[in-house]
Amino acid sequence: MAQLISALLVMCIGVFGCALYFYGANLLLDYCFPAKQRPYDVIARNLRIRNAIRPWLFIGPAMLALGLYFIYPIIDSVRLSLFDRSGEAFVGFANYQWLFSSTEFFESFKNNMLWLIVVPTLSTFFGLVIATMTDRIWWGNIAKSLIFMPMAISFIGASIIWKFIYDYRSGDDTQIGLLNALVVFFGGEPVAWITVPFWNNFFLMIILVWVQTGFAMVILSAALRGIPEETIEAAVLDGANGIQIFFRIMVPQIWGTIAVVWTTITILVLKVFDIVLAMTNGQWNTQVLANQMFDWMFRGGGDSGRGAVIAIVIMVLVIPIMVWNIRRANAEMEGR
Amino acid sequence: MLTSSSKKSSLTWLVHLSVFLLVLIWTIPTAGLFVSSIRDKDQLSVSGWWTALASSEQKVVYRTPVPDSQIQEADQYVLKGNLFADSNASVSAFGFSSLKPDAFVVGSTATMKKGKTLTVQANGDYVVTSPVPFTKRGQRIFYTADVPPRFTLDNYREVLGSEGLAKSFINSLTVTIPSTVIPILMAAFAAYALAWMRFPGRALLLVTVVGLLVVPLQMSLIPLLKAYNFIGESFGVGSKTYLGIWLAHTAFGLPLAIYLLRNYIAGLPGEIIESARVDGASDFDIFRKIVLPLSFPALASFSIFQFLWVWNDLLVAMVFLGNNEEQLVLTGRLRELLGSRGGNWEILTASAFITILVPLAVFFALQRFLVRGLLAGSVK
Repeated sequence: MAQLISALLVMCIGVFGCALYFYGANLLLDYCFPAKQRPYDVIARNLRIRNAIRPWLFIGPAMLALGLYFIYPIIDSVRLSLFDRSGEAFVGFANYQWLFSSTEFFESFKNNMLWLIVVPTLSTFFGLVIATMTDRIWWGNIAKSLIFMPMAISFIGASIIWKFIYDYRSGDDTQIGLLNALVVFFGGEPVAWITVPFWNNFFLMIILVWVQTGFAMVILSAALRGIPEETIEAAVLDGANGIQIFFRIMVPQIWGTIAVVWTTITILVLKVFDIVLAMTNGQWNTQVLANQMFDWMFRGGGDSGRGAVIAIVIMVLVIPIMVWNIRRANAEMEGR
Repeated sequence: MLTSSSKKSSLTWLVHLSVFLLVLIWTIPTAGLFVSSIRDKDQLSVSGWWTALASSEQKVVYRTPVPDSQIQEADQYVLKGNLFADSNASVSAFGFSSLKPDAFVVGSTATMKKGKTLTVQANGDYVVTSPVPFTKRGQRIFYTADVPPRFTLDNYREVLGSEGLAKSFINSLTVTIPSTVIPILMAAFAAYALAWMRFPGRALLLVTVVGLLVVPLQMSLIPLLKAYNFIGESFGVGSKTYLGIWLAHTAFGLPLAIYLLRNYIAGLPGEIIESARVDGASDFDIFRKIVLPLSFPALASFSIFQFLWVWNDLLVAMVFLGNNEEQLVLTGRLRELLGSRGGNWEILTASAFITILVPLAVFFALQRFLVRGLLAGSVK
């Protein structure tokens, strides 16, 4: 309890400190460059100086934080990737050589590619289908809310939920995992799902699809509502059927949104870590890059060189999307 | 709208049915978790949660109490009692050896070695007799019983107490509250500057923020971990402190916060801000008196995002707060339990449900803001 009070206290101090900084810095600026009871040219000069400095007062703390927690680490990660496990001795490209000759890396890279194909595709597909269907029934909002719900659940919580579904009991014991109970009900043999190489990847992916479909659905549903009614009416008048309307009229109009959903989920997939850690910790050929990187961070006291190399691989995979995002943002700002 | 009216009603039914099925698939996993967490742990381990309302068959070993309670009747020493403490289960078969645990039907008398006999009734009453006094440990009774469904909060009591979930719950709150509130002010000022103030490098800064939105956290972890360790050693404080994780979460949340808030603030009507400027208000006053109150919806959206993200985060917590018992947050505790209590589903389900309770409450209460934030953050 005392701990919670101290947390609240810190929150107050943090907020108060922030407020004090902004307030104080502004006051100081106004004090140093007064704009009253001076000759006009001095006032004009002071106002100019004020307006030149004030933006930096506003943006300073955020810039400092971003610099310390993003820019510096990115540069340092690149540096560390050229150093040995403790980060002291320069080893050139040895870590990269290790990376491209290790089977472990190729396994996780291959799995990551599989994740990258399957998860965004399925999430976007289900999201689009559910968004289309729920828009035309009276209890659609309740349905959406329930399908959206897993978004609030942590990956590790979701992993426990699904691990329970995949649970396996050997022999004649009653299966308490839903999936195996269904298999037995239909006369099959129970399987230890998460230990079956290759296919177990898909059982892990289902968890992320389950979590992310709600996100895709919410965004795509808003986009579908933005489609001008006239385009659909015109298609109906021209005699188009439901499927034609959906694929030829609706989908092309929300193409941009689909791309946004797709890339957002792609980024998330590249960073996926908790699910693999909780379900298999990379055993049975399910390793992915993010979990492997975490593993190297701490394995045997930690190997910062190898960890940094894997982080850089993840970063390189993200860069195309980053460039695309920046271009989109630029185009949008010019249009404003 | 989709098709001609003759097919319309059947198609509508199909839509209703498909959506219902999809909703079912999406909610059943969580429902299973919840139902399991309030089931009796013995029942949970032998039957699926979907049978929770049916009575379950259990094979149990019972040992009679120590011989103090024996009474002498004629030439026999007798032990009497009931197999069940509180429930009204019914026995279907019993036995005295582990090889044949269901050798006898209820009501019959089993003859054991050395002239001992055992009788068990359907309601659980048992009688053991012996020609010589009982000396050693109690007699073992194997029985098969139909146990009526039993729901209990014992699992929750156990995880909150002995498994340390209560402690972790407080730790999670300790991490989450400051990490949610502190970035907001910083981001709001930066967003205002990026939206309405003119200064050189503004476009570059905006591009940087957009770029940082997608930078994987993994890129920052190793250098920051090293820096934290270095600072911890230099100042003689531990490297795993709450202050450290607050700052980390604050910084990691900033790109999204700035991006969301800037989009919102840039969309505010320019006339208000211009006219305030003409009236001689400084940017600080404009921000404080006009922009901040008007941006409430965006601030709310971001706080919900950040709250859910920090509460559900495992990676940052493990790197910057570590695994020590005192500071373990809920997600870290879940991970630890998965390792140590992997087969005890009553522990795992109850713990997981406690963990997801707060985000679910936030989600259902403030869904409107969450959706609005998602739309502002992605569709543009």
